[in-house]
Amino acid sequence: MEERQSNKAGGVGGVVLLFLVGFVGALVVGWWVFPQVLFSQKTQPIRFSHKVHAEQGLDCESCHTFAKTGQFLGLPSTASCAECHPDETGGTTDDEKEIDKFVTQYAKPGIEVPWLVYQYQPDNVFFSHAAHTGFECTTCHPDVANMDSPPPYHENRLSGYSKQTMKMWECERCHASMGTSNACYVCHK
Amino acid sequence: MSAAHQEFATKWGLVIDIDKCTGCGACMVACQTENNIAPEKDASNKLRTLTWMNVYELKNGKEFPQAEVAFLPRPCMQCGNPSCVPVCPVVATDKNEDGGIVSQIYPRCIGCRYCMAACPYHSRYFGWFDPVWPEGMEKTITPFTSTRPRGVVEKCHFCHHRWNQAKDAARIAGTDPNNLPDGAYTPACVEVCPTGAMAFGDLKNPKHKVYELSRSKYAFRLLERLNTDPQVYYMTKRDWVRRQGDNYLPNEKA
Repeated sequence: MEERQSNKAGGVGGVVLLFLVGFVGALVVGWWVFPQVLFSQKTQPIRFSHKVHAEQGLDCESCHTFAKTGQFLGLPSTASCAECHPDETGGTTDDEKEIDKFVTQYAKPGIEVPWLVYQYQPDNVFFSHAAHTGFECTTCHPDVANMDSPPPYHENRLSGYSKQTMKMWECERCHASMGTSNACYVCHK
Repeated sequence: MSAAHQEFATKWGLVIDIDKCTGCGACMVACQTENNIAPEKDASNKLRTLTWMNVYELKNGKEFPQAEVAFLPRPCMQCGNPSCVPVCPVVATDKNEDGGIVSQIYPRCIGCRYCMAACPYHSRYFGWFDPVWPEGMEKTITPFTSTRPRGVVEKCHFCHHRWNQAKDAARIAGTDPNNLPDGAYTPACVEVCPTGAMAFGDLKNPKHKVYELSRSKYAFRLLERLNTDPQVYYMTKRDWVRRQGDNYLPNEKA
């Protein structure tokens, strides 16, 4: 009788221990392993320093411009980068080598740089930059003007979208707080 | 979501003059290219085609020399009291935006097709197949509208993306995006119509051509007695054409 009782007590302790191990394990898998597996990490083809360019007195709109038709043109073309960087520097610093990499690999052959865009939306989303010009760029975008090298790009292996993409609930929350319509076709196409 | 009648400050409307329509089908072609509708392998099966804009042939049923033909282009009516919206179980379709265009959100649609059964105008289409563009023709896909997978319902939305573009152009030009001038926003079918049979604009704005046209004594709407309150008007001076716009009794006046 006594033996059975002590066995029972030991069994409970084992169950609790097993539960804790499993619980902590599940937390580690859910909070650390799964996000690591889900998102692949990519780096930009050129280590473009927004900081260096911002220090030259350029503002965001110098390179990220609107078309007259109201469409946001997004990233500048290789040709517009080459207006300032037409030739190799021949320098030996890391920055100069990166400029030379751009000039030899993209500017001279006339190839567009396959930049990774942190904020690309699915193709059924219509986002109007023109409607949001009242906001600072950094309200939605990372403050790259203070970054010497672009942040790593995290791609969702399942959906193919960037981790940093604005989510629908974020759009809706801001629209609701601003009193802007949240009708479906305001943002969908 | 509700079945109640909806009114908005702007009411985008289409006025189609049936007497000017030659039935050439340019509007159908323009619609298909504008909205990324893939060319169909067998377009003769009308239960499988996707014709957001469809031209119907009307006949007066008489023998030569009294025989007459008319053509009726049929987009989505963007009803003020849409039959499709209250039946949708997942709110994939809604009429909740200024302008009164009935929205259809493809990723949200579960393909139950209640809306297709509810629509008295047969304006809605179900994608039975994944869209496939023959090699080389995928270059005709535009980024302005999203493509649809198989298994969802799609329909005309008055080229809603063109409205978004017109508003963006107004914002950059510094004009009021909520008070666009006549012609700033035009769907592809209207733009391409060679006889000018179609006019598009804000039905509530007296500066727009459709304001007057829709109030003409020759203007009527399809199945008006269902109280769907369509935002698409038709015009004709021919009584027999007008009689086909609704189910009239033989001795009833249209």
